[in-house]
Amino acid sequence: MSVTGVEGEERHDLTKSESKQIRKRSMRLLGSLVSPMKARIALTATVIIISTGAQVVGPALIAFGIDQGLPAVVGGDAIPLVLVVAAYLLSGLAGALLIAWYTVLMARVSQAILIELRKRVFLHTQKLSLEFHEKYTSGRIIARQTSDLDSLRELLDSGISQLVQGGLYMVFIAGALFLMDWVSGLVLLGAVVPLAFLTRWFQVRSSKVFRETRTTSARVIVHFVETMTGIRAVKAFRKEKRNEAEFGQLVEDYRDANARAINLFGVYDPGLVFIGNVALAVVLLVGGLRVADGSLAIGVLLATLLYTRSFFAPAEELAMFYNSYQSAAAALEKISGVLEEIPSVPDPDRPTDLWQAKGAVNFADVEFAYTEDRVVLPEFSLDIPAGQTIALVGSTGAGKSTLAKLIARFYDPSKGAVTLDGVELRQLHPKDLRRAIVMVTQEAYLFSGTVASNIALGKPDATRSEVIQAAKAVGAHEFIESLPDGYDTDVNKRGGRVSAGQRQLISFARAFIADPVVLILDEATASLDIPSERLVQEGLQTLLADRTAIIIAHRLSTVAIADRVLVMEHGRIIEDGPPAELIAGTGKFSQMYAAWRDSLV
Amino acid sequence: MSIDTERKLSTVAAIRRLYPYAKPAMPWIYAGMAAAMLAALVSLAIPQVLQSLVDGPLQQGDSNEIWLPVIVVLALGVLEAIMIFLRRWFVLHPGTRIEARMRNALYDKLQRLPVAFHDRWPSGQLLSRAISDLNLIRRWFAFGLVLIVVNVVTIVVGMVVLVSINWVLGLIFFVLSIPLWVYGYVFENKYSVIARRSQDQTGDLATAVEESVHGIRVLKAFGRGKEALRKFQAQAELVRGTEIEKARAIAGIWLWLLLVPDAIFAVSLLAGVWLASIGEITVGGLVAYFATATVLRWPVESIGFLLSMTLDTRTASDRFFEVMHSENRITDPENPKTIESPQGRLVFENVHFRYEDAADGTRDLINGIDLEIEPGETMALVGLTGSGKSTITALTTRLYDVTSGSIRVDGVDIRDLTLGDLRKHLAMAFEDATLFSASVRDNVLLGRPEATEDDLKEALSVAQADFVYELPDGLDTKVGEEGMSLSGGQRQRLALARAVAAKPSVLVLDDPLSALDVDTEALVEDALRHVLASTTALIVAHRPSTVQLADRVALLEQGRVTAVGKHSDLLATSEHYRFVISSLEDEQPASVDTTAEDIEDAVSIHTGTIPIINPGRSGRSAGEGGA
Repeated sequence: MSVTGVEGEERHDLTKSESKQIRKRSMRLLGSLVSPMKARIALTATVIIISTGAQVVGPALIAFGIDQGLPAVVGGDAIPLVLVVAAYLLSGLAGALLIAWYTVLMARVSQAILIELRKRVFLHTQKLSLEFHEKYTSGRIIARQTSDLDSLRELLDSGISQLVQGGLYMVFIAGALFLMDWVSGLVLLGAVVPLAFLTRWFQVRSSKVFRETRTTSARVIVHFVETMTGIRAVKAFRKEKRNEAEFGQLVEDYRDANARAINLFGVYDPGLVFIGNVALAVVLLVGGLRVADGSLAIGVLLATLLYTRSFFAPAEELAMFYNSYQSAAAALEKISGVLEEIPSVPDPDRPTDLWQAKGAVNFADVEFAYTEDRVVLPEFSLDIPAGQTIALVGSTGAGKSTLAKLIARFYDPSKGAVTLDGVELRQLHPKDLRRAIVMVTQEAYLFSGTVASNIALGKPDATRSEVIQAAKAVGAHEFIESLPDGYDTDVNKRGGRVSAGQRQLISFARAFIADPVVLILDEATASLDIPSERLVQEGLQTLLADRTAIIIAHRLSTVAIADRVLVMEHGRIIEDGPPAELIAGTGKFSQMYAAWRDSLV
Repeated sequence: MSIDTERKLSTVAAIRRLYPYAKPAMPWIYAGMAAAMLAALVSLAIPQVLQSLVDGPLQQGDSNEIWLPVIVVLALGVLEAIMIFLRRWFVLHPGTRIEARMRNALYDKLQRLPVAFHDRWPSGQLLSRAISDLNLIRRWFAFGLVLIVVNVVTIVVGMVVLVSINWVLGLIFFVLSIPLWVYGYVFENKYSVIARRSQDQTGDLATAVEESVHGIRVLKAFGRGKEALRKFQAQAELVRGTEIEKARAIAGIWLWLLLVPDAIFAVSLLAGVWLASIGEITVGGLVAYFATATVLRWPVESIGFLLSMTLDTRTASDRFFEVMHSENRITDPENPKTIESPQGRLVFENVHFRYEDAADGTRDLINGIDLEIEPGETMALVGLTGSGKSTITALTTRLYDVTSGSIRVDGVDIRDLTLGDLRKHLAMAFEDATLFSASVRDNVLLGRPEATEDDLKEALSVAQADFVYELPDGLDTKVGEEGMSLSGGQRQRLALARAVAAKPSVLVLDDPLSALDVDTEALVEDALRHVLASTTALIVAHRPSTVQLADRVALLEQGRVTAVGKHSDLLATSEHYRFVISSLEDEQPASVDTTAEDIEDAVSIHTGTIPIINPGRSGRSAGEGGA
């Protein structure tokens, strides 16, 4: 099995070599993100090293002050004391300023990495074919770009800083302690052994327990949101009581997992204090004995005690690092998988321009299959002259939408070629392709923003009067005017909520303003009520007069405005001709038409 | 209670309102405080031992005398660790139970609040209350409250200790640490503003991502990838800017957190050594001073943060009570009536409805409806978008309550039935079919969990939902948010099966077939006919084929029923009905260049026989007409 791209993302049984392949891929990605910032990272590292050094000298200076400064002051010489206090102030100031600088530097580095990665993932997912989007599902693509990037941000924002700061701090303190008094250093080294065991225990347990809190909390959230968004159904079917029991159980599961997670700290925290205090007592003992026999200065003893106490402070944060590292590494593996996917409908390397499209579409020996054994459209040829209006009919799953999507180049055919005015779509410049061919689907998606900006999506430089013109042409003007802020109504805000039918009208207006030579309507009138549909159809007749159009509709009313009807079944075109001719005949279409007439008034 | 009066509460009073939820945990919280206090006192005692050690045995060079103090330090150290363990252990489960208790209470309340409340509150708003706000409250009880008390006591005791070691040094510590208290508080406030902004902007960025994925077909169809990228980039840059601003704020607090203690230590060193040289303080005293000051460092730093956490908790508790104190007007009656033998007669009498927040001067959404549906009869509701069809269906099960007038089932006002009873008699299927994260079986049997396997199969076959048998686990396949995603048509068929399986005496269907293709729709209609033969039903219909399921049709215009009758009769008598229901190929096709205005005119001219108040279609012209 391959683990290229997003494959293997859901598998938990990866072999060693597969895991290695995935890790390598995510390291490559990380390398490519980090390498342009080498110089800045080096500066950041230097700053934090110096800063930590400056922070660590404090206790040593106190020791010097007590052991050398005090006798000197007693002897009438205040200079050593003043010097040491000045050094203390200076080191404190330097340490503080540098750490502040480091914090900002580090944020710049991590934000630069994040924004670059954000852009890459965004651009890449936009490039990936619809086929990929349909297979991989929107939820997962969104998760890659939100929660996965969040865990990476968490690692860069706090994880790395904690690791670097805390780790350096501990190393520097240990170093200073060894320099001042190697015996105390050895004691500290001894304390590191139980510390390491405790920390390892914490890491292993916490990565498991934290995963549980995440999954249990996710379940609480899903149940909660489902209840609130489906509140009508909850009430109508008296689900409240049952919900209470279900939700109560989920809350308890979450509480339990959460309590276990908190309890880890409840053990780790006092464990740290315990190890630290025992180490302190031992340092005190071995130091005190030597102070008593005069082989160690009292200031040095104080310094070793202060050092020992501070040594354990960053340990907890270091232990937490492992968690954020783990989730970030998993996230990066998934992200790198998406980035590895090769767009199956790539932009041409050397695009052909088509400044003035006429709208003649041709399918030459085209076959479309998802995989070898899943042929959706068996090989066929079809010629659509410029300006023709075609109705595409057939039952669900007959392949109508697939054929339409081939024209819009949402998919590329597996065999053969689709051409516009003789230029193969694969070679056509994207800008010309999108200007010439526009597809309107049933799910009329509106972006956040105003009604006007949603219509203008079809033509970004459109003036307001053009927008209104387009809305009028599809019969959307009246209802838009009646919205609270007319064309400036935010479609997501309260009062701006538009019905499914109104959304479709807006998306019609969007297509109208784009003014393409080939217009594809895939079930685009399904949500309209009959009077609106009638209006749109009338509008379409003028709109489609000089364009090529492919109209897919369940309701055969569309056929009235078509020049030609294609009847599809199981991926094949089984009838092809002018509507009147087909209705008069005895084929599938004449049956469908008769049945539809009966269903009407 | 209104939000305004809540704002006026003091922070203490506002938080005290949480007491009922926290009450069972309070003894444990007090125990935790006691343990924490002891731990703090122990950590303050250690430097005292050091002082006596330094000034005693160490000065005298007596090695034998060292052991005892060291053992005391060790014992105190172990005691401190135990007390810290106890502090956390005492509050662990009681603390998390506060959170769980409040979460369940909030959820129960929300389930009972009327649909009108949910229309006003997006689920994201409610979710943040249920998750992060309650999380914060738990942490405040288990951690914040305990530490505020303990740290304040520690600081006070510590100050006393420092002053008793040497009053000059104690004063230095106290005075110089004031900037830290102030700055800590200022920082937390400043930081929370930036953090909130960063959260909002990250949310916007996530929205941009979601739109770019959900709207990918549109973006591809119009080749607007570049514009989307540009918008996304601009938002990502905003986030970056805010994050760096956030880092600057953090850098600021780091600066102070490191600089102030170092300055205190430096000044103390200067003063301490000088005091020692004139014999005002012993070397042991100096050692004790620095060790104590090190212990006090964290409690002092934490005060600002704890204060701001308390303020946040207050906000969280206000947000919690905002929901908990919302009034619920759709409740069970005090003396509920029951329907002895359900027939399924549904009567609307002069029903009016308007949203509570509807603007003055607009007409009622449902503007005086009288309608009687006989037992076993199927009534179709037909009208243009916005005429009030869906609202009527929602009124029947009290998702909303009528503003005036009444709806009666078998002679009983629906407000005199318990909600449970009412909704057992009336089952609904909605246009936007909601499925819950559960098996197909549970979803279909939602309204009647005790139904038999045969009932289930029958309901599925009526709704032409046989596709469920081909799902991976058949009827046990999980659907909904966490399960398999189904197409709109499939979801709608399951929702229809759900209403049928409930076997109600009245079936209310809000455009239940809109997402089905023509072939399936025809099959469903055939099967539904049998069910409807014996059940009272109210069906919102857009298509002629659906209308033909009904015995009679009620035509809605502007929130009123303007005609009731058989489909064929209405076709013959009502121009507006023909306009609403008949497809393009009418007997007299509308001319190609008909505009909306023309049709409106046509409506107003030809509906003379039907009582219509306002001929205009849009809300605006309706207002003018009424003026």
